[in-house]
Amino acid sequence: MQLLNTILIGITAGSIYSLMAIAFVLVWRSTRVINFAQAGMALLSTYFGYEAVTRIGSFWLALPIAMLGGAIFSALVEVILMRVLVKHSSSGPIAAVAPIIATLGLLGLIRSVIAMIWGGQDLRIPPPVSNNGFTVNGEVLVFSPLKLLILITTFILMALLTILFQRTNLGLSLRASAYAPEIARLSGVRVDLTRTLGWALAGAAGAVAGVFQTVNGNGNFSPDSIEFSLLLVSGFIAAVIGGLDSLLGAVIGGLFLGLVISFVLIYLNGGLFFIAPFVVLLLVLFIRPQGIIGAKAGRRA
Amino acid sequence: MTLNVSHLSVHHGAIQAINSLSLAIPTGALAAVIGSNGAGKTSLLRAISGLNKASHGKISWMGESILGDKPEILVRKGISHVSEGKSVIPELTVKENLELGAIWRRDKKEMIETLALVVSIFPRLGERLAQRADTLSGGERQMLAIGRSLMSKPKLLLLDEPSLGLAPLVVEQIFQTIRDLTTSMRLTVVLVEQNAMGALRIADLGIVLNLGKVVAVDHAQALIDDPAVRAAYLGY
Repeated sequence: MQLLNTILIGITAGSIYSLMAIAFVLVWRSTRVINFAQAGMALLSTYFGYEAVTRIGSFWLALPIAMLGGAIFSALVEVILMRVLVKHSSSGPIAAVAPIIATLGLLGLIRSVIAMIWGGQDLRIPPPVSNNGFTVNGEVLVFSPLKLLILITTFILMALLTILFQRTNLGLSLRASAYAPEIARLSGVRVDLTRTLGWALAGAAGAVAGVFQTVNGNGNFSPDSIEFSLLLVSGFIAAVIGGLDSLLGAVIGGLFLGLVISFVLIYLNGGLFFIAPFVVLLLVLFIRPQGIIGAKAGRRA
Repeated sequence: MTLNVSHLSVHHGAIQAINSLSLAIPTGALAAVIGSNGAGKTSLLRAISGLNKASHGKISWMGESILGDKPEILVRKGISHVSEGKSVIPELTVKENLELGAIWRRDKKEMIETLALVVSIFPRLGERLAQRADTLSGGERQMLAIGRSLMSKPKLLLLDEPSLGLAPLVVEQIFQTIRDLTTSMRLTVVLVEQNAMGALRIADLGIVLNLGKVVAVDHAQALIDDPAVRAAYLGY
């Protein structure tokens, strides 16, 4: 029973990391930038969700509002900040570093602005369904209706994203712009626009990750939540071990990392859980530097 | 004269790739642009399609100035550029590469019709629609690149070295296809080629570039017969 518990907890947390990793991958594919502000954006979107849920009362309306807010904010960051930065740092070592440093600065900026608007205290998004575990054969699991809901929702969102990328013209434009921007432009794709759209999708995915990370914990969050640091670290590492270029890799990386952290927490030592993702990252980089999904195949999804 | 280039200059940093170049290509003509490495052939093509910025000069197409237009806009005006080196996206399937060519039309029915047309021109592609483009041979990739371009129903086709790296027999096929397409689809074609003889044989018009300038323009056959051109570019 403990094994089942560990696996279910791991997959639930992992599905949230997968969403976060998807956000990293979408931004990387659009602009070739690691967006360290991703967790800050997810946090900001969670505040949007909090505002919506306190005013409207419905979690299932608040979630899309948080997604929309996250998408718009992310798109604005791309248009206002990234486009200018990439244009003005076009060569030399600065070009490689400047956008990444800018995202780190943005992370700090978002946190300060949040602290100014909402203060530093804990706020709360109540879970939409019970977080009391299911009872199986008289034993109470940690796995709850809430966790089941999180799992189902993330997988539905991932399925929708896959359909968007594989079955629609918009998805074809997004993929073509990511793989070969020049050929995409020559085919008539407005690459600048698809780039912004990639960021917007990342913002929406990050928003869901932020809200779910909050309700999957105790429902409380603040600018200094350890949950958001874990989300940043795990999402980023999941994206890297998934090959950074692949949506499928991001999903696998996230689930894998969720499972590893869950096993470390329950079978080893609770104090190690923050180190576990880094150990996984190092091991993957040693054994398969191109990521779990190899270089060539990794660029499919 | 549908395509008019006048006093065009293109710089790459401090290097001048095109130096006050002027040329005119009439509707329906297949113009071969030949010249040695670094003569400015590719720069010229990229300036016409909007990939390179011009520092000076004019380019007009059907009487309308197109200088400064972006490639994604020019496709919508009927100008399609097949860039150098088998310009296909290896990660996408053959079908997706072709669909990409028609993506700006947003018209599903028209896309399906054009796809059927392109497949009838290149049956080999039809057999491989579901395969990834990186599984194709060099010749097939070049067919796919041209096919993708045709999907946009172009009026002006800019081809950059379609023969590059292909076996002689395949080169001949590709050249013949380009000739046939020009006539049957009433295209205007600018064909940039290292393979000067192959290109001039199928072309109506020959343009010789050197150091970013036009040094000779004539009927393609006349250039083939010109001893100076033969010595410099055709190697006999």
